[in-house]
Amino acid sequence: MDGLGLLGDPTRRAIFELLARRPSTVGELAQQLPITRSAVSQHLRVLKDGGLVVSQAEGTRRIYRLNPDGVTALRAYLDRVWAEALTAFGKTAQAAPTDPEQEDQ
Amino acid sequence: MTSTPTIPPLTGTLTIDAPAEQVFRTFTDAFGSWWPAEYHIGQADMATAILEPRQGGRWYEQGTDGSECDWGRVLAWEPPHRLVVTWQINGQWQYDPDPAHASEIEVHFTADGPDQTTVTLEHRHLERLVDGQALRDGITGGGGWTSLLELLAKATTNQT
Repeated sequence: MDGLGLLGDPTRRAIFELLARRPSTVGELAQQLPITRSAVSQHLRVLKDGGLVVSQAEGTRRIYRLNPDGVTALRAYLDRVWAEALTAFGKTAQAAPTDPEQEDQ
Repeated sequence: MTSTPTIPPLTGTLTIDAPAEQVFRTFTDAFGSWWPAEYHIGQADMATAILEPRQGGRWYEQGTDGSECDWGRVLAWEPPHRLVVTWQINGQWQYDPDPAHASEIEVHFTADGPDQTTVTLEHRHLERLVDGQALRDGITGGGGWTSLLELLAKATTNQT
């Protein structure tokens, strides 16, 4: 499940979210994050390889934005929703009492 | 009818040290107790989410202001083994009542023993969500898809 790995990393998720708001260059992203430009570039490469992000040269600048095809990003997003939800579910189900007559409502 | 290519389904599996009946009940009756509250679509903060325990039942969230937002419907109710629900939310984060735009979530609860259950989840027909006009407009126009992502961004920021 590619999306899970891609957006499971908090820095990559932060980059993904920044790009959702505004297409940006590596430098612009680095200004908003506590990491170096080269670290930003590495994360962008992973996001690009995963199909979530595309880039385009504009003069001497390279602008990164979310893949407008959207499908891959949608899937990756839902993937993250389920990963978190199932983790939370596992904890709750494990902790729930075995008493079969436990009715809260 | 549609030319949208199939999107591979999402799958997830986890094993829980509890009987299948209990695991099924936690997933359904107690849905609101474990679903991460940041993943909701209503304007108001989510108070809880409810999965009605019957075929044809509603799956919806209740906001802290008492408002309700539908997420989908129960297609198959087979305790404690199997559950199928639809997830029909468009690019504006709104319920789309058209069944042709409904994705499906199928969950199997398999007893590995008296006190161990494997839960397998599949979220499929994601292409039907993309077929929905609102989601397509959102993707091509930037509006809905952006607002969806802003919601994601907001949710994540609130978390940290």
